[in-house]
Order: sequence, then structure tokens, then C-alpha cells
Amino acid sequence: MSPSLVIAGREIREGLRNRWVATATLILAALALALALVGSAPVGEVGTGRLTVTIVSLSSLSIYLLPLIALLLAFDTVVGEAERGTLLLMLAYPLSRWQIVAGKFLGHAAILSFATTVGFGSAALAIGFSAPVLPTSAEWWNFAGLIGASIGLGLAFVAVGTVISVTVRERTTAAGVAIVVWLFLVVLYDMGLLAALVATGGQGFLGQTLPAWLLANPADAYRLLTLAAFDGAGAIAGLEAVVADLPAVWPMLALLAWIAGPLAVAWTIFARREL
Amino acid sequence: MSQDVIRLDHVTKRYGSFTAVEDLSLAVPQGEFLALLGHNGAGKTTMMKMVLGLTRPTSGSLSVLGAAGGIAGRQSVGFLPENVSFTGGSTGREALRFYARLKGAPKAQVEELLQAVGLAEAGNKAVRTYSKGMRQRLGLAQALLGDPRLLLLDEPTTGLDPMLRQEFYRILRDMKARGVTILLSSHVLTELQLRTDRIAIMRKGRLVACDTLRGLQEAAGLPVRIRVRVPEGGAARAAAQAGEGATVLAANGRSVELGVSLAMKMDALRRLAAGTDGSVEDLDVLPPSLEDVYAHFGGLPPAGQQEVPS
Repeated sequence: MSPSLVIAGREIREGLRNRWVATATLILAALALALALVGSAPVGEVGTGRLTVTIVSLSSLSIYLLPLIALLLAFDTVVGEAERGTLLLMLAYPLSRWQIVAGKFLGHAAILSFATTVGFGSAALAIGFSAPVLPTSAEWWNFAGLIGASIGLGLAFVAVGTVISVTVRERTTAAGVAIVVWLFLVVLYDMGLLAALVATGGQGFLGQTLPAWLLANPADAYRLLTLAAFDGAGAIAGLEAVVADLPAVWPMLALLAWIAGPLAVAWTIFARREL
Repeated sequence: MSQDVIRLDHVTKRYGSFTAVEDLSLAVPQGEFLALLGHNGAGKTTMMKMVLGLTRPTSGSLSVLGAAGGIAGRQSVGFLPENVSFTGGSTGREALRFYARLKGAPKAQVEELLQAVGLAEAGNKAVRTYSKGMRQRLGLAQALLGDPRLLLLDEPTTGLDPMLRQEFYRILRDMKARGVTILLSSHVLTELQLRTDRIAIMRKGRLVACDTLRGLQEAAGLPVRIRVRVPEGGAARAAAQAGEGATVLAANGRSVELGVSLAMKMDALRRLAAGTDGSVEDLDVLPPSLEDVYAHFGGLPPAGQQEVPS
């Protein structure tokens, strides 16, 4: 078996043992169910399916929660092993450093994908079959798209967390940096962007390059993907005006770049590190 | 193609302004058991890390198992770090299985090695409940995975009681019999005395001596100590009797310790033994121990001479 898979398997077993997998899955399922049950009450008869409403509310909440879960999962990955003294021994084994980074990423990716799919998926099934009218197949596809996009968002932040983990020397510092990164990318970036838009009246340079600014942040790319790209959802979210003519492939590519880019950076830093 | 398993050529390693290893040249032939001695911070661990390819020398070159470091070489190297800790599962057996998979070692070897280091029963217990000695034994087990041709052991016997230590060296003897090259660093000098082929002494990043114990003893020119038991008040007479070359190292009423050079040893002994009846009651001859040799080569220079970087 390739060393990367061995390490990925180890990460998954650890995740099961310390209840990370169970906790994340339950949190995501509870969130999705709560939003579906509470959030669908005021909809009434507007012709929008319950599942679509859930997609909108779920995506605007998981934009905060998923990055946090992903960063918490990944910030410790290398710095924690260095601190516990297990990194030196692992590096003395016949595997290269990219295999360590790749293996750990694969393990975290599996945990996060499982939690998202099972958590959101179980909620979707519960909503779908308890609703008076069964959701259309387009709605199901949209929900599957939401799960896919959410996994993409999570993986992007796992990759960012990995960069933090190989850069910082102490575990506590890494935790702090992870929180700051989360705050910046998920909260402050949008607020800054909004403030600048209001100040410039949406005109000029910023107004013209707004899609690029949104794509440059994984959380906003996710927002574009889930709110604007799926039929019906954009109408509710009121985002259609912003990105009317932006094909869905762009936010997808942005998320992929946010996975591959940080991973490459993490590997480069880790490979150069002297022990 | 050379037979040297490890070859270091004028290797220097600096961390910023701190020089961890300076101009180190050393060749370890296949099948040798080399002990590495030195004070804390003498550069032993840094040297092992360079041999493992975990850190690159600032200057100089090194080759391990005929290759210039790298992943290929590590397949045949077993490493036991100082203060080893484990990952890969909660129990000792799980952890060892994880390392076996990483190294591509057969699964059956895990049980064999647990048996060999006496952890077959404790293998199902959580590693974090292990004593220092048990962790050290599990560390040795993981180092032996995949039948390595070179073993690098960093202070492996700390925390082991004398019985386990015997067992530990028995395992190493078996490995050596199979042609495994062993590089071991230790602070416990007495146990190395009879077991190693050569002893390398490092001080402040430099290799100050590397030879057999016999060779080191000769090179150090340390005196042989003769402990003489004498009747009350006979110490001075015994010292005079031993001859010109002898110096009194320590004395009390009933015994005196004399220092003589290796060359003068037999002369002094004959004269002491041939003395008048009752002037010498008993004799003990103490050759310079590894500890004496180590103190001679590796002991920190006396205060005032220290070249400590400011």
C-alpha cells in the first residue's frame, strides 16, 4: 500500500477514535434538520420547494461552519506531530514529505466528505419525504450539488489549515492563526468588500471587477456556486443581479484552485523545512 | 564500490550562527558496532539526522549505504530517536502495525518483534500507559522492522533496567551477527565497554577521537591505577616501593592508589609484589576505564578555556 494511503487510513482511524467524525456528522445533520424544519415554516405557498429553501439557508450557514470544522481538523496535522515528537520518527521512514502532506489531506478529506454527505444527506431525505409534495428531481440534483460544493469548501479550508500547520512552530500559535484566517476569509473579507462597494457606489474599478474579488475568496466562491448557480436559489438569495452572466464553472475552478494552491504551498514549505 | 555503510566527508552543519557539527569525517564499515559518545549538544543527534537525510549538511558530503541519503536509503535503515513517541493507533500493536505498513514490512514481523522485545502481552495496552522502558522497547521493535542493514539508535538504553539492558544488547548482538551495522549513542559508558567495536567521541560538534577502546586508552596515555592495601601507616612505604614512575593518586591509612603508565605497569607490580612480607597485603589493578578515556577526550575543557560562542 502506498505510504500516502497508510497515513490517510491512520488519520481516518484517529478521527473515528477521538469522535471527530461522529461529532462533525452530527453537527452538520442537526444544523441541516433544524434549518429545514424551522426555516420552512414561513415560506407558505410561493411555489418554491422546501428543499430549495433549505439549500439557501443551509449554504449561508455552512459558509461559516464548514470552514471552522475544516480548519480545526487540519491546523494540528503537522505541528501537532512535531510537538508530540512523532514527526521525526515518521520522517525517518522511507516516504517523502509530499506523501505525508498528501496522506494527511486525503484522510481529512475523507472525514469531511463523509460528515458532509451523511449529515446533509440524512437531513435532505428527512425533509424530502416529510414534505407534502415530493421534491422534483431537479431539486434533488441541486441538493447533491450543495453537498458537492460544501465538500469543496471544506477541502479548501483543510488545505489552508495544512499550510498553517507546516508554517507555524507551535500548536497554540497554529490554533490562533487558524481562527484569524477563518475570521478574515469568512467574515471580514465580505464586510470589507461590502463597505468598499457602498463607498464607491458600486461603480468604477471595484464594481467592474467584483466577480474576480468574489472568486478570490473560497467562501465567496462557494456562495456563488450554491446561491447563484442552482436554478431558483439565486432568485431567493437576491444574488442574481451580481453575477448574472457568470458561468458556474468559474466558482468551481476557484474552489479547486483554493484546494490545489495551498496544498502546493504546504508541500513546498514542508519539503524545505530543516529538522 | 566501498564497503563503508556510512561515510562522512568534512561534514559541517550550522543552524544560523550555531555550529552543531564541524568538519566531521568518519567512515563506518559494514557490520561494525560503533558507539557515539559526547556531552549533551555535542552533535550526536544532528549527525544521525544527517545520516537519515532529514537535514542537509551545510558543507561536506556524506553517503549512506552507497547512496547520497534520500528515500531509497531509508528503506534499509532503522532509527530509534531519543525520547521516542508513537503514532498510528492507541495500542502498541496498532502502532507497530502502522509503522510496518509505512515501511512495507510483512505483517507477521509485527508479532515476531513484539515477542522479541517482550511486549507480546502488553501489545494490546494503550501506548500512553507504557513505562519509559516499554516505550523504548517498542521503539527498538519499530527500528527492526523490514530487516534494516543499518541501525541508528539515539540513547536507546535510557530508562531500561539492567535486565532489559542485557536483553537489548543481546538483540543487538544478533543483529550484528547478521551483518547489520549499528551506530549507537549513549551516556551509559560502562555497558558499552565490552560490546562495541569502536568508540567515537564528539565534543562540541567535532570528532575528537575514534578508535577501539584499547587504542583510545593508549592514545590517551592515561595511567593504570594500582590499588594497594597496606598495614596501618604503610602507605608512603608502598608508594616508594613501586618505583620512580608511580604517583600517589589517593591515600588513606590502609590503602593507597598509585598511578603508573602502561609501560611501567609490570615493573611496578613486580616490585610491589616482591616487597618484604606484610608490606603489601593486596593488589588491585584498574586499567583506565572508558569513563576515564571519555573524560580525557570528551570532558568539557576546564573553565577559562571554554570557547563558548557569546
